[in-house]
Amino acid sequence: MSVYPYLIAVWLFGVGLWGVINSRNYLHLIMCLMVVQASTYVLLLSIGYVNHGTAPIYQGISTKALVVDPIVQALTLTDVVVEATVVALLLGLVVQASKRFGSIDPDAIVRMRD
Amino acid sequence: MSQLAPLAVAVPLVVAAVLGIGHAVLGRIVADIVAVLTAALTLVMTILLLIHVGPGYSVYWFGGWHPRAGVAIGVAFQVGAIGAGLAAFVSLLMVLALVYSTRFIGVQAPRYHMLMLTFMAGMVGFCLSGDLFNMFVLFELMSVSAVALIGYRIQQQSALEGALNFAVINMIGAFLFLIGIGLVYARTGALNLAQIGATLAHAGNDRVIVIAFTLIVSAFLIKAAVVPFHFWLSDAYAVALAPVCLLLAGAMSEIGLYGIARVYFSAFAPAIAPQGTSALRTILVAAGLITALGGAAMALVEDHLKRMLAFVTISFVGVFLFGAGLLSEDGVAGTSIYVLGDGFAKALLFACVGILQNRLGAVGQRRLHGRGRPLCVIAASFFAGGLLISALPPFGPFLGKSMIDDAALKQGLDFVPPLLMIISALSGAAVLRAGARVFLGWGESHDEERDSADEETSAETEQLYDHTPAVMLIPTIALLAGAIGVGAWYGMADLATTAAHTFVDVSAYRAAVFGGARQLGAASSAAPAWFDYVYCAGAVVLAVLIAALGLFSRRIGAAAERLVRAAHVGMEPIRRLHTGRVGDYAAALALGVGILAALMTLTLG
Amino acid sequence: MRRGRLIVGGLGVLLVVAAFAWACTGLHAFGHGTTRYGEMVARATVPQRAATNAVAAVTFDFRGVDTLGEEFILFIAVIGVSILLRSLRSETSEEETHIAAAGPRGSEFSRWLAAGLVGPVAVLAAYIVAHGALTPGGGFQGGAILMAAVAAIFVGGEYVVLLTIRTSATWLDIADALGAAGLVVLGFGGLIAAGTFFQNFIDKRTSGLLTGGIIPLANIAVGLEVAGALLTVVAELLDQRLLSTRT
Repeated sequence: MSVYPYLIAVWLFGVGLWGVINSRNYLHLIMCLMVVQASTYVLLLSIGYVNHGTAPIYQGISTKALVVDPIVQALTLTDVVVEATVVALLLGLVVQASKRFGSIDPDAIVRMRD
Repeated sequence: MSQLAPLAVAVPLVVAAVLGIGHAVLGRIVADIVAVLTAALTLVMTILLLIHVGPGYSVYWFGGWHPRAGVAIGVAFQVGAIGAGLAAFVSLLMVLALVYSTRFIGVQAPRYHMLMLTFMAGMVGFCLSGDLFNMFVLFELMSVSAVALIGYRIQQQSALEGALNFAVINMIGAFLFLIGIGLVYARTGALNLAQIGATLAHAGNDRVIVIAFTLIVSAFLIKAAVVPFHFWLSDAYAVALAPVCLLLAGAMSEIGLYGIARVYFSAFAPAIAPQGTSALRTILVAAGLITALGGAAMALVEDHLKRMLAFVTISFVGVFLFGAGLLSEDGVAGTSIYVLGDGFAKALLFACVGILQNRLGAVGQRRLHGRGRPLCVIAASFFAGGLLISALPPFGPFLGKSMIDDAALKQGLDFVPPLLMIISALSGAAVLRAGARVFLGWGESHDEERDSADEETSAETEQLYDHTPAVMLIPTIALLAGAIGVGAWYGMADLATTAAHTFVDVSAYRAAVFGGARQLGAASSAAPAWFDYVYCAGAVVLAVLIAALGLFSRRIGAAAERLVRAAHVGMEPIRRLHTGRVGDYAAALALGVGILAALMTLTLG
Repeated sequence: MRRGRLIVGGLGVLLVVAAFAWACTGLHAFGHGTTRYGEMVARATVPQRAATNAVAAVTFDFRGVDTLGEEFILFIAVIGVSILLRSLRSETSEEETHIAAAGPRGSEFSRWLAAGLVGPVAVLAAYIVAHGALTPGGGFQGGAILMAAVAAIFVGGEYVVLLTIRTSATWLDIADALGAAGLVVLGFGGLIAAGTFFQNFIDKRTSGLLTGGIIPLANIAVGLEVAGALLTVVAELLDQRLLSTRT
């Protein structure tokens, strides 16, 4: 099926979002967010793929050669590193939560607050 | 002169980086001065941009990459009057917030200042940008700075939860945005807003565009905190520092709505209009009204001052969404003025609450009962703020509200002005009642509201002041002056209408990028009519009455008491939805996006 | 409440996934993703920028301001991490001298492997950063690889070395900020020298490593920043680990 790769992205997105909703552990929740993140990258990169295209690096190939789309690759590559650091920020919050509350279960923390 | 557009974003960023280099050696005072000066410089630049742009657009291509053969290959900042105006407003709020926070002890220099400067850079850039992925990047910059600022006082337990909920929900929003961008790029091969619009004018609507639009709009609705994406806002506002709340309430929520309007009018309108316009209008208007009513009702039953103001903010976001969702020139103009007037008023209220927290060390109405009596100036400002948000004529919020009312009437929605009157009355009543309890000591000290002030909300500075510092007082008065002043000059309405006229003109946007003759004239608006005065004055009177009912219900009689108690009981199920648990918020988010997608598909697809 | 959340969330996720999937069926077939934008950029890379890596040209030249924004997001996220975790550290401050003795040591083999890997991986990172304009790679990738070199030390169990890294956190912060500032300064350079922000103002006809004008310089700035940022994050998180192994 010619849209199969996009559906993979859809599946990842759904699984990740479901995980975030039902998570009972903040680390699991953050990993599910990373799954959702991965789905966006899969979608972007699949969109740019060109059949029989090579990488957009012009070492030794002519400038008229068929290459895959460099735009989506550029969008994705900066995003990967940046979102990794944002995840680090969330992990920092979780570390704080575990020190303060002694638990990383969202339910337990809310119960403690009330 | 057009170089000001990138400078308005680059200057705060480079100053933040320089503060980072010198962080080991810089003291608090130096960081404060540098930050305030940078924000002031950005304010000057955005005002100059606003004047320079006039009724047209100024396009700035980064890297000198102008479009070739009709394809935009670089990133553009496309500055229009409304974008520049919003950017200037954001910078002004930032200057006041930075001045206000100079006496906060819990603030570590220079990290706090770096965060505030990048927050401002993200917001200003978002307002000026003309490229979809560039908007995404600046949107993320704004969100991450906001997460760091909300979680700043991490010593408090509830700060963690507020920051985590905000972070997770906004990240999901960012991912939705990115997916939408991917779909748009796949369909149109462009990331520049004008080019997307040009491509869609030929290609028309199809399923990809409808879903992409839904996802992008959902991301902005999450940022703006529209029901049912609003749950994160009350948690976040309750724990953030007062100057941060000031910015979040006055600027960040409006930016989400600006994003929706910008993306619609420049990129998606050619695909959706004219067949889908009325359907989209209905959806946005309905969402706006539900949010406005829900927010106002929740504000009335909330004891914690900051949470109450958070719900007031949500209520006003609903009205803004309603105004912008009318998808007309008058609606956009009215919303811009209302955003200005109301933004000042809400920032004013948060500034007062911050001062209260620093003088008296508590944020719950019950705990503060009557203790605010010695703070006369703050009391006067707080009451003024409450009256202003009820749209007291002839000041700022009144002008905006009357323009929105007129726009609604033009579209034939006659039931709207009375509804908006009730909504402003409810919000105003919540604020006035809180003010009366805290500053005048009226009302019982054990009323029905849930005692959410038992949450740990210690003073934001580690010592309580015995007098209000001037640096906190001056911004508060300045905000009050702003809220009053926006409406004092009716020429403002004409400027806004001219700006809106350009904003909604899709072909003008495209012509600015790709060339083409456009004449953009000025437009004028009618002055508020007599019934606008009646509605708004009525809202104020109603607000005072509802506040009095809440305060003195026991003294008035049994019927009044039963009414108040029934209201509280009625709101309890909605209250219980705000659990504080991120899984619940994500579930509501998913359902909201799903319903929105279903509605859009059925009506536009 | 849990059941309510399951129902609401389940319904929501189903609707969103259905909508998303429906949209995806309307996309072009996989493998036919050419767009004029991509083509024009790819064809302009070599003749106009003398760089052979089209992706790097897009990241640092055509859409350089997006990279600037992303870099600052990274910067801010790391500041957030330091705010969060250093406040914890300041509460439990005195035990540092005991940590070196307390941590479990890795096996001899893993320590030798780690020691052997650090050097080559660091050189690889520098190589990838420097050649970003020519071959796949660049600042982001090189910075992340440098972090892997440090992570190898952690795997090898050399806590003493890690302590040194942690105490040099100030230098890492400065390196991070310097990288961020560097990228903005390059942008300003474009403004001052060539008239538009982020314009490629260096003569691009130089050959060898310095082709592509500002692209190699931007790569170095970004590499410095990413390495500084990720190392700060690793240092802070390791700190938490070291503090907790004490108890």
